[in-house]
Amino acid sequence: MSDTARHSPHHVDVKEFHPRAHEALHNPQIRQNFRKAMDGLMTKRKSAFEGWDLETLRDLGANVRMRALANLPDLLEQLEQKLTENSIKVHWAVDGDEACRIVRDICKARDAKTVIKGKSMVSEEMELNHYLKEQGIEALESDLGEYIVQLAEETPSHIIMPAIHKNTGEISKLLHEKTGTDLSNDVEYLTAAARLQLREKFMNADVGVSGVNFAVAETGTLCLVENEGNGRMTTTVPKCHIAVTGIEKVVPNLEDVSALLALLTRSATGQHITTYFNMISGPRKAEELDGPEEVHVVLVDNGRSSIYQDDELLDTLRCIRCGACMNHCPVYTRVGGHTYGTTYPGPIGKILMPHLIGLDEGRHLPSASSLCGACGEVCPVKIPIPDLLVRLRQESVDGDKLHPAKVRGHGAKRNAVEAMIWKGWSWMHAHPGAYRFGTNLAARFRMLQPGKMGSWTQFRTSPKLAPKTLHEQLKERGQ
Amino acid sequence: MSSRDTILQRLRNRTGGELTAPECDFSVLKRPDWSTTERIALFEKMIESVHGEVHHCTEDSWVDRLAEILGTRGARNLLIPKEHEIGVKLRSATLGREDLPHLLIYDEPIESWQSVLFNDVDASITSTRGGIAETGSLILWPNSDEPRLMSLVAPIHIAVLFASELYTTFHEAMQVQNWKAGMPTNALLISGPSKTADIEQTLAYGVHGPKELIVLIIE
Ligand code: SF4
Repeated sequence: MSDTARHSPHHVDVKEFHPRAHEALHNPQIRQNFRKAMDGLMTKRKSAFEGWDLETLRDLGANVRMRALANLPDLLEQLEQKLTENSIKVHWAVDGDEACRIVRDICKARDAKTVIKGKSMVSEEMELNHYLKEQGIEALESDLGEYIVQLAEETPSHIIMPAIHKNTGEISKLLHEKTGTDLSNDVEYLTAAARLQLREKFMNADVGVSGVNFAVAETGTLCLVENEGNGRMTTTVPKCHIAVTGIEKVVPNLEDVSALLALLTRSATGQHITTYFNMISGPRKAEELDGPEEVHVVLVDNGRSSIYQDDELLDTLRCIRCGACMNHCPVYTRVGGHTYGTTYPGPIGKILMPHLIGLDEGRHLPSASSLCGACGEVCPVKIPIPDLLVRLRQESVDGDKLHPAKVRGHGAKRNAVEAMIWKGWSWMHAHPGAYRFGTNLAARFRMLQPGKMGSWTQFRTSPKLAPKTLHEQLKERGQ
Repeated sequence: MSSRDTILQRLRNRTGGELTAPECDFSVLKRPDWSTTERIALFEKMIESVHGEVHHCTEDSWVDRLAEILGTRGARNLLIPKEHEIGVKLRSATLGREDLPHLLIYDEPIESWQSVLFNDVDASITSTRGGIAETGSLILWPNSDEPRLMSLVAPIHIAVLFASELYTTFHEAMQVQNWKAGMPTNALLISGPSKTADIEQTLAYGVHGPKELIVLIIE
């Protein structure tokens, strides 16, 4: 199946970041919904770490992730071996398309018609729901936020809280129109209604698809972090469970999980721990009375092995998908998750997506940042996000000497005029005569300087050249 | 070449050269050596902060307490383990008294009674493999006597926790119990009843799993 055919009808053009940002900025509802949520999440995160030596814990988190990445190929092999010993079937996919086909083939082999899904960002990357639908298989999201987003025929706007862009009134209206529940602002009622609707689906689904938060190589264990219990339902009730995961999610030891879990839930929602921490190490055994008969794991690369090639970009793979960077990002808070038009929005999206879709498509992402540094400061595994943004900005104008361009689509933002100007600029600075002549000339003809300088002067006054050059001024002062 | 080999080969032949693994020092996770009393107090505080309910009992009093709890909630039935001493004790207790609800045993594969379990079971009781004070978590390792869905499907889940099996941290629990020697097909940490904040950050309980989590701590 071709790439274009895979794009869902709601697929947005990533390149259109700016018009969408303008639209979002002029939508008070969107701004209010995000603002309120993000403010709350920031406060909760802070208090969840009270009494902790947060810096040391973050160091441990970063080291644990880095240790895993340093041994990635060996760990993946060990994981595969342990999972296989545990009777879990392992599949490998170089990209999202292949991962989709693997899921389809497992479904077809079981003659499955319905799939119930737990939350999984990798499956969003793969556009799995859309693909399965085309194959005649119904895939239903079971996380309440994902369920809401799916009913609205939208994509998640946050990696932890997919429906954060909607308020209660909007959700009530949506559930009323799509499922026939009464219009109500009573969240308990709306939740109870969804419980009933989804229970039916859990009981009847042929296959459950979930993501993975950590995959432990030492024991062959898949760990899943969640609050609702839908993840447990998804991985327990259907006869077949398929877990899809990025290849970077593997960690060597169970011990590592205790450190990452402590960081993940506190960073994400300010919870000391989530309601359920689910550790799956095999399908139902002969004497067991429930659980899936088959468990499959799909290890998805989808661009990760290219990120892996470069020492600096590699840090991106440490991410544990907590969402703290977006919760603290002043740009994300104002424009909302859909503006980015990518599977992963916010700071993590800006450093991850250019690898997945190429810098030509994602050219605006690294620039959609004020480089205020908040994302790097809160990241529980210390990913230097601002540095990576600068690196990707360099790549988008064709790299520099220190880092030859490596990311697909590099140079997409290169502008011939701009490049020429910079070239001339650096030549002038290397030639004192030309420099003096040039600056003198500029000072003389300063009246001709344009008053508007593109987006730079949209909210700023244009800088004016001084009537005399610095050299002249210094000379006058006799220095 | 298979996708597996393609991926592994790309990772192995990394253009950036070999990576060195940093040392990992887990001591930041360590907590002082707390007494059982301190652990109980913290556990209780943490699990109550996420809507769990704790009752302090003894070996002799927990059945009475359970009867009270279920009585006030009007539970018609209770799902119990067959072999575990919790189930054995409850079965012998019901012989002489009226205040316990009808006891159900999960002793058949789920396929044969799924809709009853999903629609008609009011409460369930399971054992635990200990608890974690720092986060207010229960450790469960479901097995054939206490299958996975026992702690998930009924609106009320009651868990029995021995105070002597309370650990301070998750890290400590997995080390002391030597989890790496072998994990069950499914192991869980449960901290509170099922919840969601997906509708405008408003907490709602029981979205898919139990609405209530009640812990009987046996001291
Ligand atoms: S980049 Fe860091 S803060 Fe952002 S989601 Fe990943 S781990 Fe969390």
